Amino acid sequence: MSVTNVLDVKDLTVNYDNLPAVDNISFDVKQGDCLGIIGPNGAGKTTLFRAILGLQPYSGNIKLFGYEDSKYDSIVPLIGYVPQKVTFEPNFPATVYDVVSMGLISDKRIVQGVKLIQQCDCCWNRIYQSIEKNDDKITQALHTVGLESLRNRRIGELSGGELQRVFIAKALVKDPLLLILDEPVASVDVESQTKFYNVIKTINEQNNITIIWSSHDLDAISKYANRVACMNKKIFFHGEKEKFFSDKELLKMYTESSMQMHMHNHEH
Amino acid sequence: MILEALSYGFMQKALIAGIAVGLICSFMGTFLVLRRYSLFGDGIAHVAFGGISVGLFLGVFPLWTAFIVSIFGGLGLQKLRQSTKISGDSAVAVVLVSGLAVGVILVSSSGGFSVDLFSFLFGSILLISQEDTIMILALSAGIIATLTILQKQFLHLTFNEEQAKLAGMRTTLLNYAFVVLASITVVTSMRLVGILLISALIVIPNITAMQFGKGFKKTVFISMSISVISVVSGILVSYFLNVAPSGTIVVIAVGILIGTLLLKSTGLLGKIDIKNPSKLTHNS
Repeated sequence: MSVTNVLDVKDLTVNYDNLPAVDNISFDVKQGDCLGIIGPNGAGKTTLFRAILGLQPYSGNIKLFGYEDSKYDSIVPLIGYVPQKVTFEPNFPATVYDVVSMGLISDKRIVQGVKLIQQCDCCWNRIYQSIEKNDDKITQALHTVGLESLRNRRIGELSGGELQRVFIAKALVKDPLLLILDEPVASVDVESQTKFYNVIKTINEQNNITIIWSSHDLDAISKYANRVACMNKKIFFHGEKEKFFSDKELLKMYTESSMQMHMHNHEH
Repeated sequence: MILEALSYGFMQKALIAGIAVGLICSFMGTFLVLRRYSLFGDGIAHVAFGGISVGLFLGVFPLWTAFIVSIFGGLGLQKLRQSTKISGDSAVAVVLVSGLAVGVILVSSSGGFSVDLFSFLFGSILLISQEDTIMILALSAGIIATLTILQKQFLHLTFNEEQAKLAGMRTTLLNYAFVVLASITVVTSMRLVGILLISALIVIPNITAMQFGKGFKKTVFISMSISVISVVSGILVSYFLNVAPSGTIVVIAVGILIGTLLLKSTGLLGKIDIKNPSKLTHNS
């Protein structure tokens, strides 16, 4: 019996002003994968994530846990998503605890999403019918990202790395089966990056959470991902990371493509 | 002297209604200020002026027409922001002047400014009837109950609308519920400080509370406390000095804001323990 894929993307195209930002791509993600998506700036990684989350109109077909259309909408709230940057008022009167607890809002559609995931043949051990505020869950999520000591700190007072970990805790608190991280360590110092990657490794291996993660950092991808997708509008590789890193032609192609994009960005 | 003032029925009603209004303005104001809707109160109050003029013109109870017109004004404002690229402050300006213009036309055609209209413009908390007090209390209880029930959703929506949408919230519906609630808050509060000063009660206690650098619940609590202190002391001071209560309330609120900013600049504010305000702590 084949296990339902967490994500199926088929012939996906997203256009901005008739120019493709994502050009006819297809790939799938299996449960337990830690898929690293690499590509230069402007390669369409964020656009791809926004399309998966239903924030961006597209042509093609996307299935989450085998579902599409209206059932798809019930599942999206169960995905943990950490965008590249979350903008908020610097003086926003919310503590780390307040922000993480925002991940726990109960809604009928979320309950429906939980039922839908339980019906598909993915292995999800959470048996609750509704997702409600639960102090233990928040504490556990803060523990996973190593921020228990900062739970009462106002978010405006945190560093970039701490803030990213808060948003991961917010995404984790609802026990997602899928976590999407958009360049999570951009503008984070090296020490925080290492902590952050260890958190990713833990939640992928111990909590069996599927992760899709975009990055420019080939070293990190080679250490922490098990599969790689390489894209620049189109996907030109998708498969096991060992295959990608052992293929010198592919690596050369990626490096050249990144350099070209880097030069292009500097020229403009 | 204070006991003597409190023995008067009109003072009791003013204080009870004033405290209720102080609480709803500061609670609603927390979300309005954070969503950069600070002048929403001003905009809706001016629309309410148009609504009051309609009531006076038609000879019906002006507060009801003010409620209806303001709710539609609030919904129109939200629609204007969502379906056009007009920014929030410009949309408020459009709605504000539209309400005012309609009001001016109707007032001029019904024989000019009356005492009734002045009481709405500048507030008339000392003149409110028992029925008005009951209505303000009932509406305030409804607003506080709704805000308490929806506070998680409104907080998430205020923090980041896209994240709220991804969390499965019906953001469009919540946005409309938000402006309707804010419109009712503004019209309910008009009797206290009047159309021209309503924004002060929504904005100032919240800006002051945010200087304390606390989390959401504590900030709402501090804001409500500042608001109630301003209203109660404003009504009492205005009684003893025989000046307008609306202006006095706002001047006191501004005074508390200035005092807080001065404390903050000296570094003392960060050391005040909210659970035990008389104690200075050495929190980092």
